[in-house]
Amino acid sequence: MFDWRWDFTFEILPRLLLATLNTLLAAGIGYLIALFVGLLFALAQRTPYGLVNRAMRELVEFIRSTPLVLQIFFVFYVGPQFGIRLSPWASGMIAIGLHYAAYLSEVYRAGIEAVPRGQWEACKALNLGARRTYFGIIIPQALPASLPGMGNYLVGIFKDTPMLSVIGVAELMHTANALGSETYRFLEPYTLVGVIFLMISLPTAAGLRLFEAWVRRRLGLTRSP
Amino acid sequence: MSYSEFLAEYGGRLLDGAAVTAQQTLLAILVAVSIAVLMGLMRLAQNPLPRGLATAYIEIFRGTSLLVQLFWIFFVLPLFGITLEKFTAGFIAVGMNLGAYGAEVVRGAIQSVPRGQYEAALALNMSPLVRMRRIIFPQALLLMLPPWGNLLIELLKGTALVALISVSDLMFEAKQINGSTFLSVEAFGSALVIYYVMARLVITPAMRALERFAARRLGRT
Repeated sequence: MFDWRWDFTFEILPRLLLATLNTLLAAGIGYLIALFVGLLFALAQRTPYGLVNRAMRELVEFIRSTPLVLQIFFVFYVGPQFGIRLSPWASGMIAIGLHYAAYLSEVYRAGIEAVPRGQWEACKALNLGARRTYFGIIIPQALPASLPGMGNYLVGIFKDTPMLSVIGVAELMHTANALGSETYRFLEPYTLVGVIFLMISLPTAAGLRLFEAWVRRRLGLTRSP
Repeated sequence: MSYSEFLAEYGGRLLDGAAVTAQQTLLAILVAVSIAVLMGLMRLAQNPLPRGLATAYIEIFRGTSLLVQLFWIFFVLPLFGITLEKFTAGFIAVGMNLGAYGAEVVRGAIQSVPRGQYEAALALNMSPLVRMRRIIFPQALLLMLPPWGNLLIELLKGTALVALISVSDLMFEAKQINGSTFLSVEAFGSALVIYYVMARLVITPAMRALERFAARRLGRT
């Protein structure tokens, strides 16, 4: 193809693959934060206090409708203004984790709302406390409905990690930028980044579909065709 | 520097940036909607060639990052003789990316139109083109508008990335102001609020109005 140089490709490939590990690590840590904080966001919208619920709702909407790249800058630069220095990794993980927490809280919320009313009433009739109602009864039933959304956002967070390059997290995109400015060759680095992303995200998405099907089968939720 | 002084000094630049963001968003919407309708219909074609092309397009653009696509279009495409100006490269990349997501929405909506509608159109001896244009697509449109509302907010957020190829949009201005004043809370915070206003007070109500309009036109209210 045109100007493609294979020797250069194999020269930069090791560095790109090494950076891929950082990308995967960033996506993994960010996702763990998002899974946990997302649950907090979802539950904080179901407290007995209307004002808290409304405020959390608005916060989630705010995070969801503003650009992640701007949030990354915000977290990274705001700390030093108040004398707190966060490393690129720490601020990146906070920003991307909170961003996806907002998305996941919507997934959880939909899952929780899909649990039949009778389940809530039964919990009340059995006089279960809020904790046992949620963790014993509601969340286990909400989980299967939430799985597809959770899977989509796992792939989503992976694809958004290149934005971390703007504050200098040494992930794939950052490395490609560096290679490009060192060698003045952009064709191979950027194309390889695209190929690496495809080679990870497509099988992951397919694997997640299989996993969902497996979970639904295990729980006896498959509809007869 | 108090916040009102900050706004007096830099508010104008932020608004200029917001205007560029609005232009990028509108142009990217045009690109995204055209691609989504085209690719969505191609995905449903009987002929495997258009179907395969559309599938490849959708998988490639949904399987990689918008940032990678943007950089590829801006830095690599010139090597193939296609040089785009940064402003053009920006909205084209955003539009092509969101168009791939939109194509799946279009396909899903068309497939959700009840089969009876196809059969009735067939019984009335309509040609496939008329059937799609007069019967199927208007009903699919009503189904696809709510997901498009979400996609357009994603699109607006996506335009923030064009700042990284130096298009002077809202994100870019916020970064510049932060660089010269170190007032990060004010610079980035104001920009966040402007994006929020654009998403929640412009895009969302506009899409709601469009949904109501479409429902009325189809006699569904």
